[in-house]
Amino acid sequence: MPVATAVNKLVWRHRAPRRQLALWVSWFALVSLFVFCWRVMTKDTMWSFVWDAPRQAADISDRMFPPALRYFPELLAPLWDTINIATLGTLIAIVIAVPVAFLAARNTTPSPRMVRPLALLTIVASRSINSLIWGLLLVTIVGPGVFAGVIAIALRSIGFIAKLLYEAIEEIDASQVDAITATGASRLQVLDYGVVPQVLPAFAGISVFRWDINIRESTVLGLVGAGGLGLKLQASLNTLAWSQVTTILLVIFATVAVSEWISARVRHAVI
Amino acid sequence: MPESNAARASPEIGPNAITARIWRRPPLIHNRTLRWACGAGAFMYLTLALASLHINWRRVYDGIERGWRLIQGFLVPDFLSRWGDIAVGMQESLTMTVTSTLVGVLISVPIGIGAARNIAPLPIYFLCRGIIAVSRSLQEIIVAIFFVAMFGFGPFAGFLTLSFGTIGFLSKLLAEDIEDIDESQAEAIRATGAGWWQLVNYGIQPQVMPRLLGLSCYRLDINFRESAVIGIVGAGGIGATLNTAIDRYEFNSAGAILILIIAIVMMSEYFSGYARKWVQ
Repeated sequence: MPVATAVNKLVWRHRAPRRQLALWVSWFALVSLFVFCWRVMTKDTMWSFVWDAPRQAADISDRMFPPALRYFPELLAPLWDTINIATLGTLIAIVIAVPVAFLAARNTTPSPRMVRPLALLTIVASRSINSLIWGLLLVTIVGPGVFAGVIAIALRSIGFIAKLLYEAIEEIDASQVDAITATGASRLQVLDYGVVPQVLPAFAGISVFRWDINIRESTVLGLVGAGGLGLKLQASLNTLAWSQVTTILLVIFATVAVSEWISARVRHAVI
Repeated sequence: MPESNAARASPEIGPNAITARIWRRPPLIHNRTLRWACGAGAFMYLTLALASLHINWRRVYDGIERGWRLIQGFLVPDFLSRWGDIAVGMQESLTMTVTSTLVGVLISVPIGIGAARNIAPLPIYFLCRGIIAVSRSLQEIIVAIFFVAMFGFGPFAGFLTLSFGTIGFLSKLLAEDIEDIDESQAEAIRATGAGWWQLVNYGIQPQVMPRLLGLSCYRLDINFRESAVIGIVGAGGIGATLNTAIDRYEFNSAGAILILIIAIVMMSEYFSGYARKWVQ
């Protein structure tokens, strides 16, 4: 136990001296790193804008209320688009992600040396690019609109679904697979009767969870031109129509809350 | 396989199969009407959704050539001709990530403690849970729009956005962690007559510290990813550089930036996983 001697009496201390020193050194390093990063980050900051912020905030919130409720009917079509972007994107992602997951899982991949790394690379590439960046790229490629949003959501979701699904596949109970194999089933039949029933609940949970995230993301995809509520948000921001912005934000909140509720219910039912 | 499945499937086979009972896979939804309703509903939704998609195939066809150029940009990335812009963007993103994570962690520790039901009084608990709920329900990109409008363009707005996001994420997980601690250790400290601060310092902090460090590393990783996105709405960082490159159709530079983002994300994911293993 770390102790210190004070007038021939042992006193308990929280940490040993060496550990205490290490702690102080790491705190010092952290603070220096922070100061250095702060100075680099703020070297071009216009401080007059920063000090002006409370006034700007008051001004904006003044313009935001009351929300322009009359604007609401115009948001129904974009809301429908947003839901379609999330749902169709999730469906496309599922179709691609399921085979990728089976190729990536250690116990179902046809070749751990050749195919598995490729599948893992697909997953990592899809996961490390945010759907807004995918949207940005796809709007330049296929043009602005809902279609770009669907593909952007799909590309981002492939990695997510495939990663969680292949982890679920690797965790299955091997004895069931052995039992099916012992009946003389072919490779595909083993997958169909031994593996799929075990991962089906996890798969349903993952898909609905991703759909919920996708609803959230598709509400802002329009900021880069990929359709949905974000387009209206961008338009209102550009025209400084802050009361319309409030209405849009309220609609986004409500949509996200409903989708979270649905997803929680479904996951509760299947798991 | 449970026998009940065979029993349930057998009446559907028909009179000719009485002699040999054939096993059938149990359906996903047992109620037949519900099954049909779900199928029909899904079909109707898909028809309506696809009909409202309005794909401009001509535009998509034109886009194939651009998509090809983008892939070429990936294969032949051009780091040099926009290197100045890329370096500034990266520098902003990285510094923004570090400062916002540190500030976010510092603020979320008291809020996390306040949001733990076992050590905080009820009014403070509701206040802190409220802060967490607000921070978690607002999407980062929307927060960024507001901070840019208030604080002007540049990484300072991004720094505020990411700090704000960090608070919701870390405080919630920290609070849940504090609620899950081993009560007997806290009880032992309380039994010595320790005050509230001493309880937090000696009874709770040692138990949650490894996970707090791990979560902070994880959040550092998330903040870098987010810093690549919020630049699109003007909050500085590599996202702004990427946006400019794509707007100018400079696909080789865009490819270079994307490769850098993927490389850093993979590196930080690897290191944060390693760091989390090390502290736990």
